[in-house]
Amino acid sequence: MYLKVLSLMAAVMLVAACETKPADTGSAGSAGNSSATSAATTNGVTPGSAQDFQVNVGDRVFFGFDKSDLSPEARATLDRQATWLQTYRSVTVTVEGHADERGTREYNLALGERRASAVKNYLVARGIDGSRLTTISYGKERPAVAGSNEAAWAQNRRGVTVIN
Amino acid sequence: MERHDAQLRSPRRGLNQILTRGARHLAQLAVGAVFTVLTVVGSSARAEVHIDITHGNVQPMPIAITNFFADTSSEGQVGRDIAGVISADLERSGLFKPVDPHAFIQDAASLQAGTPRFADWRVINAQALVTGAVRPKGDGQLSVEFRLWDVFAEQQMTGLAYATIPNNWRRVAHIIADAIYKRVTGEDGYFDTRIVYISESGPMLARKKRLAIMDQDGENHRFLTDGNDLVLTPRFSPTSQEITYMSYFRNTPRVYIFNIDTGRQELLGDFPGMTFAPRFSPDGNRVIMSLAQNGRTNIYVMDLRTRHTTQLTNTNAIDTAPCYSPDGSQIVFESDRGGSPQLYIMDAGGGNVHRISYGAGRYDGPVWSPRGDLIAFTRENGGRFSIGVIRPDGTGERTLDEAFHTEGATWAPNGRVLMFFRETASADGRARSARLYTIDLTGTNPRRVPTPLDASDPAWSPLIP
Repeated sequence: MYLKVLSLMAAVMLVAACETKPADTGSAGSAGNSSATSAATTNGVTPGSAQDFQVNVGDRVFFGFDKSDLSPEARATLDRQATWLQTYRSVTVTVEGHADERGTREYNLALGERRASAVKNYLVARGIDGSRLTTISYGKERPAVAGSNEAAWAQNRRGVTVIN
Repeated sequence: MERHDAQLRSPRRGLNQILTRGARHLAQLAVGAVFTVLTVVGSSARAEVHIDITHGNVQPMPIAITNFFADTSSEGQVGRDIAGVISADLERSGLFKPVDPHAFIQDAASLQAGTPRFADWRVINAQALVTGAVRPKGDGQLSVEFRLWDVFAEQQMTGLAYATIPNNWRRVAHIIADAIYKRVTGEDGYFDTRIVYISESGPMLARKKRLAIMDQDGENHRFLTDGNDLVLTPRFSPTSQEITYMSYFRNTPRVYIFNIDTGRQELLGDFPGMTFAPRFSPDGNRVIMSLAQNGRTNIYVMDLRTRHTTQLTNTNAIDTAPCYSPDGSQIVFESDRGGSPQLYIMDAGGGNVHRISYGAGRYDGPVWSPRGDLIAFTRENGGRFSIGVIRPDGTGERTLDEAFHTEGATWAPNGRVLMFFRETASADGRARSARLYTIDLTGTNPRRVPTPLDASDPAWSPLIP
């Protein structure tokens, strides 16, 4: 807690200083993760925070219609997630599986679970302890984007890794 | 309300007994509710009024439903209200066409004298006539009696009297409407029933969902949950005042049983993953459901008496939406084991799995008719959703309703009418409306079911026992 506050202050100071180099942010555990460290300096996000994960790593992957296989793009995102989770070892996450509205309620619940499991299994294969990862399916109940078009549906067919 | 239900429990059973045996006697029940088969004027053995509903596109039968007569103004209001509910029930079925009361020649008071003046009803083209009366019984209860007349044969077709507390007049009206429906069509009615469904409110990205219950005509509406937890897919017990459904209580999606009388919610089983898509077995002793775990969804059944669970399917696919046949011997479900969701039937023990749907597109959410002869489903094809029916052997597929989005079929207990919900997108696609509809098995007579807010996932109760 204390360290978090400290690192937040450091980040704020860095942003205020603008030109200052990110030599030492004083944040716990960020050493060895250059992307998280440098990001903190550019956008004021606390390394190791949920915001850090969302902004600098990418918290979600997308799926094709009625699909749960991971695209190369999704794998790249999950690779970054795995690296981040290896850095912040005390963090546990919930992987949410979601479907678009173009399906029936019960099938989409199952499909969401299949997607969440695909994300979890990939992260486990990348060395993340399965006990840090729980899954939940919301089916089509929690869209990220409102709209009845392929663009909206594509963003709603997703697996989201949420920091607990 | 529950006590009142109990009071009416026996009259219905009695009614069915009377109709099957043709006996005429008075039954006195322990709880004090009384019903009487009214003395038949003339012979009711061969009435001519009959609607054959085995064929499509039935011409609605003109029926005159008079206000139930009363001596006092308060009972008079009840009498008018009862007639109004009976008329609305019968009209909504699409099988009856109530005659405009303004055309009536003979008044309610003179109808109490005995046999109606049939000529007065023939001249306004009524084929059937409903008369009735409401009287105070002195003990705080009301006596409600009705007679159904065949105007052309000049015969009484049926007649019954009920004793009830005044607040229960609406149920008595539904029971009378069921008696008329049964006498004329030969099939059980479905008016003395309720609907449990999911009430929806709020924007698309923050939808609030609440369990709600109402009479089949939308009256007596009440919310059963507060909306703090996401709830989905409620289904009635066939034998008790219980609902099985899915809740995200404590962010853990699981199947629950909800007691309508007590409001108590009970977690069903201790499964290692998400449980969903629950339904009772026809005897009410088991709940069948899906368990999703590690990307696989299989079907399980729990015996509610022993709490023992049995796994019925074992695939790497999605097996869900299980539903028993009315005799409990088989289960229809959807599975994508063949690549896309299709309908399959297996024995209740899990054996003899075979696919029954082979049309284009995807088939989901099968629901077996209480009559056993058909299975309703949702089909997705070419970007459109439809509600259809198919025989258990996979033949005779028909579409009943098609829309941008339609799903969630549920059968009236007589297997004649289906309810489902439709979602409609706003013009800019950013908002949704969800509404309940009923439709006749023939695909005719679509009707909106009134709900105070948006509505989805309807489930029709059995006839209230």
